[in-house]
Amino acid sequence: MRRVYLDHSATTAVRPEVLEAMLPFLKEEAFGNPSSIYSYGREARKAVTEAREKVAKLIGAKPEEIYYTSGGTEADNLALMGVAAAYQERGRHIITSAIEHHAVLDTAQYLGRHGFKVTFVPVTPAGLVQVEDVKRAITDETILISIMHVNNEVGTIQPIREIGQLARERGIIFHTDAVQSVGKLPINVEELNVDLLTASSHKIYGPKGSGCLYVRKGIRIKPLFYGGAQERKRRPGTENVPAIVGFGRAAELAGQEMDSEMERLRRLRDKLIDGVLSRVEDVRLNGDRQQRVATNVNFGFSYIEGESLLLSLDMKGICASSGSACTSGSLDPSHVLLAMGIPHEEAHGSVRMTLGRDNTEADIDYVLEVLPEIVERLRAMSPLNKDNEGEAK
Amino acid sequence: MTTATRKPRVMVAMSGGVDSSTAAVLLLQAGYDVTGATMALLPHDIPAAAGESGCCGLSAVEDARRVCSALDIPFYVLNFRELFEREVINYFIASYLEGQTPNPCIACNRRLKFGALLQRARALEMDYIATGHYARRWFDNERGRYLLARSRDRAKDQSYALYTFTQEQLAHTLLPLGDYTKEEVRWIAAQHKLPVAQKSESQDICFIPGGDYRDYLQKKVPQTIKPGPIIDVTGRVLGQHRGLPFYTIGQRKGLGLAMGKPYYVVALDRTRNAVIVGEEEELRRRVLFSRANNYILWDEPPSEVRVEAKIRYRAAAAPATLYPLEGGRARLLFDEPQRAITPGQAVVYYQDDLVVGGGIIEPLEYDGFKPKSKQ
Repeated sequence: MRRVYLDHSATTAVRPEVLEAMLPFLKEEAFGNPSSIYSYGREARKAVTEAREKVAKLIGAKPEEIYYTSGGTEADNLALMGVAAAYQERGRHIITSAIEHHAVLDTAQYLGRHGFKVTFVPVTPAGLVQVEDVKRAITDETILISIMHVNNEVGTIQPIREIGQLARERGIIFHTDAVQSVGKLPINVEELNVDLLTASSHKIYGPKGSGCLYVRKGIRIKPLFYGGAQERKRRPGTENVPAIVGFGRAAELAGQEMDSEMERLRRLRDKLIDGVLSRVEDVRLNGDRQQRVATNVNFGFSYIEGESLLLSLDMKGICASSGSACTSGSLDPSHVLLAMGIPHEEAHGSVRMTLGRDNTEADIDYVLEVLPEIVERLRAMSPLNKDNEGEAK
Repeated sequence: MTTATRKPRVMVAMSGGVDSSTAAVLLLQAGYDVTGATMALLPHDIPAAAGESGCCGLSAVEDARRVCSALDIPFYVLNFRELFEREVINYFIASYLEGQTPNPCIACNRRLKFGALLQRARALEMDYIATGHYARRWFDNERGRYLLARSRDRAKDQSYALYTFTQEQLAHTLLPLGDYTKEEVRWIAAQHKLPVAQKSESQDICFIPGGDYRDYLQKKVPQTIKPGPIIDVTGRVLGQHRGLPFYTIGQRKGLGLAMGKPYYVVALDRTRNAVIVGEEEELRRRVLFSRANNYILWDEPPSEVRVEAKIRYRAAAAPATLYPLEGGRARLLFDEPQRAITPGQAVVYYQDDLVVGGGIIEPLEYDGFKPKSKQ
């Protein structure tokens, strides 16, 4: 059966070039510990340093501002917990948004239970944080603002530069979770006015278990772990050298190909959006169409349970999701869609498709052929369909 | 893909236990295209440990996933939490507040397994769903109907909890274990290196950690549980009760009465918020009324019929005559008095092994303080 992978925001396959770069560091030729003084160690150290330069370049940072982590979740935790611990004497108020990834949301809630006050700013029905709302939420106690760059479920691009500007004027530290924007949007931490930024490797065709936190020079953070001098004591533990090397190579390739690849994917995305909107009735594009990353599509189908739709798509070889991969496991309506004011039942009937390198025009044609039939069939049997009420009893 | 050439497709409701796992094996051997599914039902506020018992807890999902992986069949987790809360938990609470004793497993079978799950499976172009219940189902040409019967293994028979089957549901449901004994099922599971350990089959209610439903109700709806009088069948006040949900028909202990002879709860009167007690003989009745009857043998009984009826899951079936009434109600006259007939519980009628149908036992109406209908 034909397989079409449309869940690139959940994870991506490691690119052959990336795998090739990583392999020596798994094998005898270059397996060393970067902290060792002999040749094996030096070679590993060099690779880690070069990777750091590549990652830094992708986001316009200095290499010494990059701290490797086990991925986006750890980087988000380190940002929030690290700043909260380091600056709690200055104030105990944190601002974030209602549509953050759970790595930020749950960490903020944890801090909320441990002596911090947390404000979750709302979003517009289009899934956008408004700078005014952030501004209103600021108090004298505010030490940190954390707003994601691109939302993982609906792909909306948040006004990071403006929020960063605001934070800077008020002397507040600003973090952005850029897991879904790195490699997809041009990023420069100077222009965006961010102090901390989270990035992940496996969303850009690098290996899983690898990511980083950018920490602007001069910003203090307390580590989550203790135990060694790695990453200048902010993230101790022997470096995951192959994964770091892979992350570096993936970042390098993403930077080189971003303009052309995003242009290509934007066309495919628009074809998918327009195709579905014209072929299916009672369907809605969730999230702002303009302020949207080139890879994201999120549809809400009325009268359908998203779960049935996902399973039906899976049976036709189409890999999509109901929201973030982390949320899919919980099977409950997306907090992002609910925050956008989408009614409960409609939030249940939403499906995210995220495009990537391997997708072709033929993939989109296949989806446009299969999806309308599935929607029609499910609607004919759906207990949510008001026309079927009699049968549903 | 046309219906004519492809294998029949079946979605097996999996708990990861020996029964549903073996059901999947038997269907694979019979040539079905098998998909496994576990329903996510329990509310998030239930601690993880509670998932250890029952058919759909946290461990069920992991166990079922492992079994499906071993059998190399697709596996899905389907979310029915909201429906479960509405149709099972809320019904359960409301029933106790009515002074009745609910049967949440039957509600779950009816609304979830053979309701929403079947509907979901059909929407996914499955021909059938299957479960690991011990009961038999087949199409009877003579009657032109699907029939339901006790399992071959009488000791394991679960047909009592399945009386709500409609013809449409039966047409799309497979019960592969109906012709097997528990020992055979264990043996088949062992042959396929599947888990043979028994999942808890206690009468515990899956959404009540620890199984203390009184405690659960006290926490869930404290304001609606009110103390009231304990009275005898003549209306004499004998004491105070803590709230109707804390008592069940036939209960003797915990009444706090010193009467010289044993007294039992014989009824819970919601209109007066009273617990009515009486002596052993007043617990025994020959007649009951049932509502919301569903029949499997026919759409409606042709006239009065002789049956054997079970008034609770573990009760022995007792000979009786069933008199159909208007509006889905029925009157059941037992040959011999039955002890502690409990409103809210299901009464299921049989003819030999065949399930005739069943309904919900109605509370007795009291006229004065004596049962209105004395048969």
